[in-house]
Amino acid sequence: MPDSAPAPADGTVRRFGRVRNFRLPAIVATVVFPFTGVVALVHSLRSSRRTAAGDIEGGRLAGARARDWCWYSLGYGLFVYFIGFVVLLFTIRDAALIKVYFDDVMFDGSAWRSLLKGFWINIQVFLWAEVIVLPWALLVAVVRQLPGRACAPIRWVAIAYCDSFRALPAILAIFIINYGFQEARLPLLENLSSKQYAILALVLVYGAYVSEVYRAGIESIHPSQVAAARSLGLSYGQTMRHVVIPPAVRRMTPALMNDFIGLQKDTALLSTIGVLELLSRARFLNNSQATFTGYTMAAMLFFALTIPLTRMVDYLQRRAARVDQAPGDEDDLAIAMPLQPVG
Amino acid sequence: MAFVELRDVHKHFGRNHVLRGVDLDVELHQVICLIGASGCGKSTLLRCINALEEIDGGVITVDGDRVSGPGIDVDAVRAHVGIVFQSFNLFPHLTALENVALAPRKVRRMSTREATSTARELLARVGLVDKADQYPDHLSGGQQQRVAIIRALAMSPRLLLLDEITSALDPELVAEVLDLVRELATDGMTMVLATHEMNFAREVASKICFMHQGTIHEEGPPEVIFSNPEKERTAGFLARIIAAGRL
Ligand SMILES: Nc1ncnc2c1ncn2[C@@H]1O[C@H](COP(=O)(O)OP(=O)(O)OP(=O)(O)O)[C@@H](O)[C@H]1O
Ligand SMILES: [Mg+2]
Repeated sequence: MPDSAPAPADGTVRRFGRVRNFRLPAIVATVVFPFTGVVALVHSLRSSRRTAAGDIEGGRLAGARARDWCWYSLGYGLFVYFIGFVVLLFTIRDAALIKVYFDDVMFDGSAWRSLLKGFWINIQVFLWAEVIVLPWALLVAVVRQLPGRACAPIRWVAIAYCDSFRALPAILAIFIINYGFQEARLPLLENLSSKQYAILALVLVYGAYVSEVYRAGIESIHPSQVAAARSLGLSYGQTMRHVVIPPAVRRMTPALMNDFIGLQKDTALLSTIGVLELLSRARFLNNSQATFTGYTMAAMLFFALTIPLTRMVDYLQRRAARVDQAPGDEDDLAIAMPLQPVG
Repeated sequence: MAFVELRDVHKHFGRNHVLRGVDLDVELHQVICLIGASGCGKSTLLRCINALEEIDGGVITVDGDRVSGPGIDVDAVRAHVGIVFQSFNLFPHLTALENVALAPRKVRRMSTREATSTARELLARVGLVDKADQYPDHLSGGQQQRVAIIRALAMSPRLLLLDEITSALDPELVAEVLDLVRELATDGMTMVLATHEMNFAREVASKICFMHQGTIHEEGPPEVIFSNPEKERTAGFLARIIAAGRL
């Protein structure tokens, strides 16, 4: 026992603040999640024992450990209880949920084949829609940005389009366009399939969203960039094309991909207009073989497609954040070399 | 007729009457320095000469041709009148080389190869050829500003406008940029520069213009303006500059 610091009677020492032993959180942790809570409690007790013995540093150290283990109890405890809840959910009533969602159809090759055939339609639809949305939304965004009084009417058209199609539920857009256009037999548009009408509807709905993404990207470019480009003699169009849009596109990729993920999921809406895509086929399994498992399998297909994409969006966002604060290398400050005469 | 002429130029921002009848003559190969208090309209004047701002009254001519008013091909004007900004404004998604080569390629319709080799020559002239493939983020402020200057030079402008090009730079980086401007002056480039670097203005200027409340209040050769200005306000401004230790 160090002789320099005598132990006060009440076990607390005032130096730079009291030594905190986290007794109460440790007790709570022990009760709620004893596996790690006990460790917190042991450290907490050790902290007060050392403090009482005059070992302030030791007391602080043990107190800090107690706090760490309280946090562990929270994090791991919540995790274990969550998993426990899920397991419980799936095992009560003789594992009824598991039987519903994971029955033999899961191992039925022909069921998978049927679903994949449907999924291929979803994939075609969203690929087409995405490919068309990209230039379409860019056009809308650029029109919305056109400067001057002369372009006001066409700007209003673009704004009205964006506002109305963002207000429209995708399913309603698909209904309106599919059934309406089928009924009206417009020239050129009358022989399209339901799939094609749905692609058109999705392009219109997501074009409105994506044009907002483009617009935010364009507006994120500082006006001084435009001034610099115009001052060099680049026209408005050239400035947009070479100076504004490239960095804007880079900045908005994550937001764009988020919208595309939404678009991919919304291809399931085609089931409502009688297109034999994934969800329709899962429902067909449900009706013909009295199994819900088809829905599980459909969900798994969407997982397989979308989760890698969401991970990629996260990665891109982190990378974009890093690039924005890239460190400059300031080490080489060469002094200007003398100029040779011009010409 | 002078190479650049401004006659009774007016400019409003809303109700803010910023330029109130500016008259200015710039002869070929002259270097004009605009000095004056912050907010007196130096930047606005330069932006008007470059047609980045439309003027509300008066006439601006460059080489006898009017560059202000309706029907002017602003892009053609700007292709002959370069401007460099205080904040560099390099294009961050392009390398130093691409920054310099962009306008010659797109405006002058040079082939990529020709534009690239010209840009490389210009970078070599300012000692930055080894930075050609770096992005602006990875250049120091002084290097960025030198790239910005040669980006303007790449268009072979007949007139170069420089707007406080050193005031965003750390003191130790100012010299390298001013050296470059000095070289340009020696080579006979016609320039109008707004600056707070009074010593530099005194050294390179053919004519100093003191701006006050949107007009050119007094102009003359640097020896006269800096040592015995006629007007009271000029003397007052210079006294404040000297008190601030900047002259
Ligand atoms: N785009 C603009 N819109 C509205 N007002 C403006 C704009 N640009 C400049 N002004 C106003 O015009 C006046 C002159 O500005 P200017 O930038 O030309 O001054 P300056 O002499 O360059 O000053 P400094 O030495 O600080 O750069 C200021 O009162 C400013 O507020
Ligand atoms: Mg200014």
